[in-house]
Amino acid sequence: MINVQNLYKKFGSNLVLNDISATIKSGEVVSIIGPSGSGKSTLLRCLNLLEQPTSGTVLINGVDLSAKGANIDRSRQQIGMVFQHFHLFPHLTVLQNLTYAPIKVKGLKRAEANEQAKGLLAKVGLSDKAAAYPSSLSGGQKQRVAIARALAMEPELLLFDEPTSALDPEMVKEVLDVMKDLAKSGMTMVVVTHEMGFAREVADRVIFLDHGTLVEEGSPADFFDNPKTERARDFLEKVL
Amino acid sequence: MNLDFSQIVPYIPFMLKGIWTTIQFVIVSIIVGSILGTVLALFKIGTVKPLRWFADAYTSIFRGTPLILQLMIIYYSVPQLTGYDIEAFTSAVLAFGLNSSAYISEIIRAGIQAVDKGQMEAAQALGIPYRAMMKDIILPQALKNILPALMNEFITLTKESAIVSTIGYLDLMRRAQVVGSDLFRNFEPLLFVGFIYWCMVMVLTVIGRMIERRLKLSD
Repeated sequence: MINVQNLYKKFGSNLVLNDISATIKSGEVVSIIGPSGSGKSTLLRCLNLLEQPTSGTVLINGVDLSAKGANIDRSRQQIGMVFQHFHLFPHLTVLQNLTYAPIKVKGLKRAEANEQAKGLLAKVGLSDKAAAYPSSLSGGQKQRVAIARALAMEPELLLFDEPTSALDPEMVKEVLDVMKDLAKSGMTMVVVTHEMGFAREVADRVIFLDHGTLVEEGSPADFFDNPKTERARDFLEKVL
Repeated sequence: MNLDFSQIVPYIPFMLKGIWTTIQFVIVSIIVGSILGTVLALFKIGTVKPLRWFADAYTSIFRGTPLILQLMIIYYSVPQLTGYDIEAFTSAVLAFGLNSSAYISEIIRAGIQAVDKGQMEAAQALGIPYRAMMKDIILPQALKNILPALMNEFITLTKESAIVSTIGYLDLMRRAQVVGSDLFRNFEPLLFVGFIYWCMVMVLTVIGRMIERRLKLSD
């Protein structure tokens, strides 16, 4: 489903991603982990081209996103994204946050979009918040709305950029639970996270980045219990 | 002290007519200025270099020279150059619309740039096209931030509109001068229209507060 080949990203003279190649299959849940500044978020943002790679290709279902003239808006419809700081639209109600893109971009009828949005809100446990504005929600609720908003476009792939890092500790679980349900339902997910418990329990595969290089990848069991590289061992010692 | 307001009473209907004359051209100028200002602001934050350059040069010229000079140039030199006899109303609207669009474009640009960058990223990630994103996501949020500055600009425009009296447009100000020279008394008519200007600005202020309150609903 996603195929990343020889991806480089420079910010000025600073090399943030150094020759990354990776494949993510449909239905797979992949966790990207690594120390801060290792390029995890940048790699994730290259997958929907919020960040333009300096060189290399990103293929989504065989379509080269980074090619000149690629219809990037269309590809992005298939790739949902959940941000660390939610980025809900503050001037729209929760329901409007969920229905805006489906109506505007996919051409859904308002009634259909409302119906679908209500279903999604029920799924993330926020049916009673449809008419509320984002500013009245807690962090955990905002993030669940953000997940529902991404799902409203019926994407084939969901990207999570440290979805629980901005949350109070007691709200982390409610968001992770929603993500676990999604993973169980077969959604393809790429998750940048510091939640090692989540990576170990939910991910099918772990990708470990350090200084912009893909150092190690493997199943969570192998990676967490039996890291092959020195750098992964170092990192795990500090975080576990 | 020699004040006698009874003398201006016969002239009151004449002066009151100036309210409509002033409001008419202020409203058209605000509309022209807002539309043009929004377009210029979008040029300024866009990626097309020539458009950005044009918008910056435009702002520099219209902010860098006196409004009364721009008005004079439009009213007196357009006929000289083109032979087209431009009306006072048209030149007033042009001068004020073009001038205030320079200020409004700066206000809107700052407002757009103050909107969290994540909003644009969230919209892009949903596949929302640029135009829709600007119109429905970014500009409404920018508008909320800039409303006080925008109201300020509209108030300034309303008051500065008195400058059109210099090209003989029969606005409030000009009418006060006409009455003044008719009566050989200036203080009373000037004070009278001064009060009307103040009332107009108050109405604008109240409208601004009402809109602000409505936009605050989502807080």
